[in-house]
Amino acid sequence: MESVVGRSGLWFVLIILALAAYVGAQDPGFAAHALIIGIIAFGLMIATLARYDPMAKAQSIFRMPEGPSRYYDDVIRWGVIATVFWGMAGLLAGLVIALQLVFPELNFEPWLNFGRLRPLHTSAVIFAFGGNALLATSFYVVQRTCRTTLAFPGLARFVFWGYQLFIVLAATGYLLGVTQSKEYAEPEWYVDLWLTIVWVAYFAVFVGTIVRRKEPHIYVANWFYLAFIITIAMLHIVNNLSMPVSFLGSRSYSAFAGVQDALTQWWYGHNAVGFFLTAGFLAMMYYFVPKQAERPVYSYRLSIIHFWSLIFLYIWAGPHHLHYTALPDWAQTLGMVFSIMLWMPSWGGMINGLMTLNGAWDKVRTDPIIRMMVLSLAFYGMSTFEGPMMSIKAVNSLSHYTDWTIGHVHSGALGWNGMITFACIYFLVPRLWKRERMYSLRMINWHFWLATLGIVFYAASMWVAGITQGLMWREYDANGYLVNSFIDTVTALKPMYMMRAFGGLLYLAGAAVLTFNVWMTIAGRLRDEAPLYQATYDAEADRPLVPQPAE
Amino acid sequence: MTDYETLRQFADSYGLLAMAIIFVSLCLWPFRPGSRDRNHYAAHSILEDHEDGE
Repeated sequence: MESVVGRSGLWFVLIILALAAYVGAQDPGFAAHALIIGIIAFGLMIATLARYDPMAKAQSIFRMPEGPSRYYDDVIRWGVIATVFWGMAGLLAGLVIALQLVFPELNFEPWLNFGRLRPLHTSAVIFAFGGNALLATSFYVVQRTCRTTLAFPGLARFVFWGYQLFIVLAATGYLLGVTQSKEYAEPEWYVDLWLTIVWVAYFAVFVGTIVRRKEPHIYVANWFYLAFIITIAMLHIVNNLSMPVSFLGSRSYSAFAGVQDALTQWWYGHNAVGFFLTAGFLAMMYYFVPKQAERPVYSYRLSIIHFWSLIFLYIWAGPHHLHYTALPDWAQTLGMVFSIMLWMPSWGGMINGLMTLNGAWDKVRTDPIIRMMVLSLAFYGMSTFEGPMMSIKAVNSLSHYTDWTIGHVHSGALGWNGMITFACIYFLVPRLWKRERMYSLRMINWHFWLATLGIVFYAASMWVAGITQGLMWREYDANGYLVNSFIDTVTALKPMYMMRAFGGLLYLAGAAVLTFNVWMTIAGRLRDEAPLYQATYDAEADRPLVPQPAE
Repeated sequence: MTDYETLRQFADSYGLLAMAIIFVSLCLWPFRPGSRDRNHYAAHSILEDHEDGE
């Protein structure tokens, strides 16, 4: 009883603090965030006082298996649900902004215009969808590969819920106009501080689990997860060094100015791609592809070379985002050269993943999860070929600031990150909820084709749009004047934008099929369906030819 | 010399050399004699199932 009173007292103090921050807030965005914190604290206080256990209730709604399993999987189940939820939200936001580019009337001022929804989309898909997938899979993989339970289960729960709070504060902030205007790092100082706390806790849980491992060797997937956690901590802290204008206001100013700020931003921005969207997802690849194929990784040696090459090369590639700017020329060239060198480890890793299927290639036909994994690896290879090519200064002078870049990002994000995450969800859900299999394998097949077709529409239209745009921008007439105004290029691109939105719709439809499939699996249903592949057997025809007597 | 120049000199010479040596050694490490069995064991370790804690 005393602990209940003590804890509810703590929440009460937090409510008072949130209220004070609300009253003293310097701007409406900060006030709204103080209100959100206050409401959450109030809810938690009521929950504590009523001795009402909302988690148990929610766990019964989501039919989470009761009783302790040998591994600590509760937080992973939450992570999978959050991944599916934020995936739908992020993809929907993407479809909305794609439509806004075709139909400008869809910009609803001031909260839902393109400028505010775009960071909502990028953060929702990268940090909410991708981040929750990384949290869930890392906790799953580290326990299995270390053959031990999670080091600090309470802290792991804090990491999960703290991360969700970070997402809510970031997303609402964008809509309210709270932003420090740094790509992929838009949240303001107080949200950054909160994420730092959560991230240190994440590090403690992950390393603590590795320390108490029962398996002598640390499997390579954990190397990638650890590199992802440490590097993101470093990038996040350095890029967000800033001075708040007021301790009760959302505004802050960066510690760096001018080109230094730009370089810090893109050192962060590119390594967010390199260590969040690449290293972390490669960790998923190195565990789940061998597991689903039931074969060991093609070459363990290659995986180690892959790891060290990524670590040593990726961190230098950021300046390729600042070609032909005030950044010193040597730094631009350095970024370009390291980007080109990255091609080799990337393709080494892709080959390593694909060749894991050596001798099991028939599974591409029979197992839709393996097919998704193969497609994601193919897109990993494709986008890591396209990226270095676009970082070459001559190519970049055509491609930069055009929709080609958007197409490139999406072939990586939808193709590589999206497909490997979906494959992992299909792998995890039956195991985490103790089901025989997913509700429907045929729906996985549908998801595969909807998503693939969506990516094709997206990437192809953006290639055409980007090159059109780049060529129109640099077209001169005989007198040396530019031929096209900006609006000319916008008009020319409209059909491409429409095709892109259609591609996004297909991809979202695929994700909706996933959501339904996961839902039904959790509900404990199995769809009665014909297997995807079966060699035909006709008992009637299975007879020797018998000579017939002449009549 | 300014701090910038000192650091820059170091980064261009010994720093670069040290990074290159560390990188190459780390990449060659799994190829050291006698590592074949260890790599084989590591690659198969995730498949010897104590499946999902059951």
